[in-house]
Amino acid sequence: MSEAQEMVGRTRGMGELIEVEGKTTELAPFGHELAALGRERPEVVGLTADMGRYSDILPFRDAHPDRFFNVGMAEQNLIAVSAGLAKVGKIAYCTTYSVFVTRRAYDFVAIACAHSMANVKIFAGMPGLVNGYGATHQATEDLNMMRGIADLTVIDPCDATELRQVVRAVADIPGTVYVRLLRGNVPVELDSSYRFTVGRATELRRGERVGIISTGYMTARALDAAKATGAQGIKAGVLHVPTIKPFDTAGVLDFAGQYDRLIVAENHKTTGGLATLVIEAMFDAGMLKPVERIGLADSFFECGSQEYLESRYEVDLPRFVRAILANA
Amino acid sequence: MTTVERDVDLAALRERAYRLRLAMLGMAAGKGEGYVAQGLGMADCLAALYFHEMRYDSSRPEAPDRDRFLLSTGHYSIAMYAVLAEAGFLDPAELPTYGLNGSRLPMSTFDDLPGIEIVGGSLGQGLGQAVGMAVGLRIDASPARVFCEVSDGELQEGSTWEALMSGATFGCDNLVALFDCNGVQADGAVHVALEPVADKIAAFGWDTVEIDGNDIEAVLAALAGARASDGLPKAIVMRTTPGFGIPTLMRRERAHFVRIPDDEWQVMRQELEAGRPEVSRV
Repeated sequence: MSEAQEMVGRTRGMGELIEVEGKTTELAPFGHELAALGRERPEVVGLTADMGRYSDILPFRDAHPDRFFNVGMAEQNLIAVSAGLAKVGKIAYCTTYSVFVTRRAYDFVAIACAHSMANVKIFAGMPGLVNGYGATHQATEDLNMMRGIADLTVIDPCDATELRQVVRAVADIPGTVYVRLLRGNVPVELDSSYRFTVGRATELRRGERVGIISTGYMTARALDAAKATGAQGIKAGVLHVPTIKPFDTAGVLDFAGQYDRLIVAENHKTTGGLATLVIEAMFDAGMLKPVERIGLADSFFECGSQEYLESRYEVDLPRFVRAILANA
Repeated sequence: MTTVERDVDLAALRERAYRLRLAMLGMAAGKGEGYVAQGLGMADCLAALYFHEMRYDSSRPEAPDRDRFLLSTGHYSIAMYAVLAEAGFLDPAELPTYGLNGSRLPMSTFDDLPGIEIVGGSLGQGLGQAVGMAVGLRIDASPARVFCEVSDGELQEGSTWEALMSGATFGCDNLVALFDCNGVQADGAVHVALEPVADKIAAFGWDTVEIDGNDIEAVLAALAGARASDGLPKAIVMRTTPGFGIPTLMRRERAHFVRIPDDEWQVMRQELEAGRPEVSRV
């Protein structure tokens, strides 16, 4: 093992994001916001499949113990019980890891929930390479899988600010929602003026020639990289696309039309997720421009810290900077 | 020995079960095929549920405090449509469209039809949803109860056992699971080592009885015994005979999905009518 491999990263709390120096964080924004929402809306219930601690839902449990249910290690049942609660008038927020709810409980999400437009809001932890346990715990194809289910809303929030807004926004839309959950000390990346709207992309930074279209916490990387390259006179634009489905085709085309070349970034495989959606939208509109994809290959990934893996598979900040500067 | 409550009009319930069977046979005859054998096996249970045990108003199918019946085995839809028509949820004139293109009554149940609570065709998804409903109704202090049919084939789905654990964990005494053990599934007779079903379910913490599901008195007694608010979920393991009421069908070895030529439907109808209860006024 090289010195670099040994040095990079350390074991953090399960599913916690890497800490970046100088960034403000909030502890457990999901659970705290859900607890607050539960005080306002008695129909909100919370569930987990033995992932209460590692999904940050415990503040809700502590505030509303009579409305919290831990079904144990049983993801299919988690979704079925949530669907049943929804069908008697509850809004069921349920949590586990992305990999388990997508790979193991897919049919339950599709049929017990989405087909009935059941008010089940799935907050699924550890997207992409956040987790060090390898392929068993790394959700790298979940956006692709979940956007394949009709009538399901799919959201990949950027930071604590957005996650808090998503917790509230999904209570106000009918049907089943899949949200990629960020937990632990979650960075605050977006301005307090930022407003999340289901199904809408938001331009966070106006640029010239090169535009980055990104989702999830990759948008934070995009903003950091745009800032870093700004000092070299390159103005990169950034469009944040938190809602993967329904996809904001018009918003993406509007943004893409302003640039000579585009970078699409996601904490996910580069096939089947955001990049695929962007390229399809552009092609359908007859908009042919160079697109560079930042994301993961069609592979399984090994164990290791988030820093190590993201560096190794080139979804880290230096990669963003290189992509912006390419052909500049 | 089974003891039926004094206010039960047994003859009327037997006539209901007969009418359900007649409606099912009519639907299957129209289509020429269907999951009719399982439906016939469930007729006595459905008659006892919809015309004695359950509290509902078919003119208000979304009423919050209605008792719910979940058909987990969606391809028993033929039985569901028969009972929904008999109970007033559905115009009986619509029954002949069963399984036809464009019909509201497809071969498997979907919850856009009034009276259908869940999408039931993907097996192993019913009982977990029933647990969720029971928990949710309890939060609301609703008097409503949840009844959920589960087939013996579905006992081969791990999710059914996950739901059994949850029903006990959450103390769902407002939930009654009705296990339809008819011994057949798609590939033939049940060959998986399921037995002893009742002992297993009891061991999972459910108040469990095992009965002949085609003995309507036994079904009524079991349902009466399942009303206790004692913190325990209730399970009724019903041994049923596919095709019950029609000897020709009962003799079929392969009764999962039945295709029968036109001339045989007439024979079957005659067999069913021959077994009609003597007191027949509803």
